[in-house]
Amino acid sequence: MHNFTYEQPQSIEKAAGSSGRFIAGGTTLVDLMKLGVETPPVLVDVTALPLAQVETLPTGALLIGAMVRNSDLAHHPVVLEQYPVLSQALLSGASPQLRNMATTGGNLLQRTRCPYFRDPTSGGCNKRNPGSGCAAIDGHHRMMAILGTSEHCIATHPSDMCVAMMALEAVIHIEGAKGKRTIAIGDFYKLPSDTPHIENALESGDLITHVELPPASGTKQAYLKLRDRASYEFALASAAVVVRIDGGHIRFARVAMGGVGTRPWRSHEAEAMLTGKAANSAAFTSAAQAALAHAKPHPENEFKVELAKRCVVRALKTATA
Amino acid sequence: MANEPKRPTGLRPTGLRDDQQLVDLEPISDDGSKTFNGQLSRRTFLSSLGAASLVAGAAPLSVASPVSPNAAVTDAPAVAKAVLINGKSYDLTGLETRVTLLDLLRERLYLTGTKKGCDHGQCGACTVHVNGRRVNSCLTLAVMTAGKEVTTIEGLGQPENLHPMQAAFVEHDGYQCGYCTSGQIMSAVALLKEPIGPTDEDVKHAMAGNICRCGTYPNIVAAVKQVRSQSRVS
Repeated sequence: MHNFTYEQPQSIEKAAGSSGRFIAGGTTLVDLMKLGVETPPVLVDVTALPLAQVETLPTGALLIGAMVRNSDLAHHPVVLEQYPVLSQALLSGASPQLRNMATTGGNLLQRTRCPYFRDPTSGGCNKRNPGSGCAAIDGHHRMMAILGTSEHCIATHPSDMCVAMMALEAVIHIEGAKGKRTIAIGDFYKLPSDTPHIENALESGDLITHVELPPASGTKQAYLKLRDRASYEFALASAAVVVRIDGGHIRFARVAMGGVGTRPWRSHEAEAMLTGKAANSAAFTSAAQAALAHAKPHPENEFKVELAKRCVVRALKTATA
Repeated sequence: MANEPKRPTGLRPTGLRDDQQLVDLEPISDDGSKTFNGQLSRRTFLSSLGAASLVAGAAPLSVASPVSPNAAVTDAPAVAKAVLINGKSYDLTGLETRVTLLDLLRERLYLTGTKKGCDHGQCGACTVHVNGRRVNSCLTLAVMTAGKEVTTIEGLGQPENLHPMQAAFVEHDGYQCGYCTSGQIMSAVALLKEPIGPTDEDVKHAMAGNICRCGTYPNIVAAVKQVRSQSRVS
């Protein structure tokens, strides 16, 4: 592992604006540092910062500190009761050990599992080494994305938590060199386009401090994750759905997908086919079709198109049952 | 030697001559007067090449890596940092930042009960408890354990005083080669304090972070269930 300096600022003010790389659980960063993919000269440990609270705001929104561990968040009583899709998503991911280590902020910033990205000795990777090409497109890409891809990168965003937070329309709170700001999660992640090495809206020194979830009372929610193994495996396709039903009709729908997008994939197309419709199989199927209408699979991951459609349908059925 | 960490009887490090010993972090005594007293040994020097992180020297812990002389020198922190491991305090001051908790345990402290299976958080063989929670020590930086309590399999029980989970694993034959076993047991003990459901599926899901190539899963589940039921009764 590349050597580095370790700092442990005792306040958010000292941490924000730092030019070093923030480390919390380390489950992505230490992994990638061992592979030589990440070589930060300075690590800034933010785990001691007072950002480990989960509190309900007067607005009814939930403010989650960036240092809250994934396991604590998944089992939090308010999350279980009001945001079950988030709990389900978190518990479907990784392992209990990793969930004890990983933090909310870190989970947002996890990086792709593309084998070419993770292996600096492999073929070209525009995300790891801009301009070097994308070896996955003509190589092994079974786990790679079918939505949001470009000719420069087809790497999947592997998270479950982020997909649920997309469907819940989370707002990310950031503190940086220029002070505090917020970004809607829908605007946080970038498409690879011709700059796959730029994954999100963070600027140098930006520290994620909190994630805010708007109230979701009265909604039915479900997270469904489909994968090769029953546990400890990334999604081939997943879906997070949040709907509000009134008199058998869908008044409000949010649909997000995982395992298929270069970023956690919010599907406005699916939502348009659901809102105002009767909550039945026909509506769910048309939503799924719309969600995948613009999918651009490659030969090894073509199966994901149909799988993702069925995943959306099943998630909607489960949520509305 | 009076200051050697207690090792299970019947085990000797192989490949060491009589005049060699392992580089050990000395536990700090209660008054904090002890400092590192390492001696160069062939085994530890070889270990440092592989682990790319260890410092071996007759002097107190140095900061420069013997493997990459051009790497940035780590500043030794001004404040002494210590970690409690199985009830003993160890001074982390001067330890290279890139040492993982796993390598600290195995290579420096000779607490080899914790295993390195994948070194990337994908198998669970390295599972230990940090502040009572199960984590993968391979992805934990040792410097980040300062001020925390670590429990390894060695701290869970002794051959003459097994933890109930260890006894249950023996009773239910919950291992074959034994390589995943310490991680399995550490995971199983930790889940006793986690909010998991009552069914077999719940136990399997809760143990999903520990992989067993020998396939002893049904016996592991049986052992865990036995201890869980005992915990409920008692």
